[in-house]
Amino acid sequence: MRKKNAADAADAAFCARVAEGFVEPGDAMPDGYRATLIRQMSQHAHSEIVGMEPEGNWITRAPSLRRKAILLAKVQDEAGHGLYLYGAAETLGTTRAEMTRQLLAGEAKYSSIFNYPALTWADIGAIGWLVDGAAIINQVPLCRCSFGPYARAMQRICKEESFHQRQGFEIMLALARGEKAQREMAQNSLNRWWEPTLMMFGPPDGESRHSAQSMRWKIKLHSNDELRQRFVNMIVPQARYLKLRVPGSPKKDRRTGDYSYGPINWEEFRNVIAGNGPCNRDRLRARKKAEEDGKWVREASAAFAKKHLERRAA
Amino acid sequence: MSSISEKISLRRARFDFALRMGDNGLILSHRLSQWLGRAHAIEEDIALANIALDLLGQARLWLSLAGRIEGRGRGEDALAFFRGESDFRHFALAEQPNGDFARTIMRQFLFDARQLALLEKLGESADKEFAALAAKGAKETSYHIRHSAAWMRRLGCGTAESNRRLKEAAEELLRFCGGMFCEERGEELLARRGVIPSADILRAQWQSTVEQVFAESDLPPPDAKAIDSRPSFCGHTEHLGYILAEMQSLPRLHPQAKW
Ligand SMILES: [Fe+2]
Ligand SMILES: [Fe+2]
Repeated sequence: MRKKNAADAADAAFCARVAEGFVEPGDAMPDGYRATLIRQMSQHAHSEIVGMEPEGNWITRAPSLRRKAILLAKVQDEAGHGLYLYGAAETLGTTRAEMTRQLLAGEAKYSSIFNYPALTWADIGAIGWLVDGAAIINQVPLCRCSFGPYARAMQRICKEESFHQRQGFEIMLALARGEKAQREMAQNSLNRWWEPTLMMFGPPDGESRHSAQSMRWKIKLHSNDELRQRFVNMIVPQARYLKLRVPGSPKKDRRTGDYSYGPINWEEFRNVIAGNGPCNRDRLRARKKAEEDGKWVREASAAFAKKHLERRAA
Repeated sequence: MSSISEKISLRRARFDFALRMGDNGLILSHRLSQWLGRAHAIEEDIALANIALDLLGQARLWLSLAGRIEGRGRGEDALAFFRGESDFRHFALAEQPNGDFARTIMRQFLFDARQLALLEKLGESADKEFAALAAKGAKETSYHIRHSAAWMRRLGCGTAESNRRLKEAAEELLRFCGGMFCEERGEELLARRGVIPSADILRAQWQSTVEQVFAESDLPPPDAKAIDSRPSFCGHTEHLGYILAEMQSLPRLHPQAKW
């Protein structure tokens, strides 16, 4: 009983500490806080890297040189996001090599959305508009989360994500104002991406495993359903502007101003997370191939650096 | 003495040259962009994407300029997406497949060495429009060659395996290098007018850069005779058709569409 009281007191002290300002890498922190953050940040970093796959596969097929340049720069930004986030996670005592190992071994997760295929050019618009849009809704609050390196990484990343969202919307706008085939492409793409995007915010509040503790630690600031609603409220008017139909015909609640959505097929969500989405295997295969193909390059690089160091020492 | 026919052929020569510059950037950028997410480290994904973006940016400027010189209303997209294999004017080297990282680095270095020599000279061109584009490109290209030459040394002097792979890449790609120095239709005229440097000057400068970096990378010197005795590689290889099929399919499916 006394032990439990001591633990509660330590936890209360840390929660009070969190309220005062950023926790920095050298500061004392509960083991659970450290472990949860490493899991959350590495999962986020993996999502940025795996997320390069569906969009990267359209760079060589972009329909204009301007769009090609924008997409190339966007996918490059995502690589940069992965890099910042791995770096921020490393301040907690893990390494990029270890996080990568966990991803390739299937021990670490990444956002389920990237297990869906980018089938048409409109999907590149929908990913920017919806997926980057959802990322912004998820991440803007994290700019104020309790862990300093994570909050600062989020501030940099959010600026770029809002560019991405605008560019995605611009692609959709061009399609929506275009020929019949283009309009159909855009609508079809919204139909396919809508529900998987709603799933990006995670399971409904009642079923979310880590939420309560994470909220006390300020590494999660709003509930899944709250963020999901915010996203729907942002997107529905934009879709109307594009003259596209949002699946499920959202209705506005006069009292709250919230748009309705759903129902969401959570069975599918669990299935995709478990590895059975349309692209899970391809995504992991691509990451594994890059890792294996790059082995001799990393070895050469290390050997060269060592020789160089020895020569300088001599 | 500038007769009407010479004026016409000068315009044609300028058009062809601008196209060649644009096509080299476009095709090589296409190849490099295929690396995104495939490199041995995220830092290298980013570096290769940067080079691809620079080359694409340069390609857009040259293709737009080509369209203006031609004066028939074709812009960068019309030229990129609505020309066939036989109208593309880039080097066979640029379209060669990525292969492993050593092959990609070798291709890039061999290209950069010529491109930098060209753009530095072209910066002083009698043609103000060419000179302006060259000045911008030269700055970027000097970064590119710093990257590719650094990797040449790293791979050449890294491990036995990386040296072997780099040697194989040289053996594979040097045979396409003669194609970078074939004087194409109209280029002799442009060289005579002081618009572009002659192929001989570029060839000599390229040779000395390549010899130096090969030596620093523990590679045997490139066989100059073998390179120059391969004029047949001035044309394209079978790889181009597949690049264009991939790159052009969507705009060609909806030729009137705006994107
Ligand atoms: Fe991102
Ligand atoms: Fe993004």
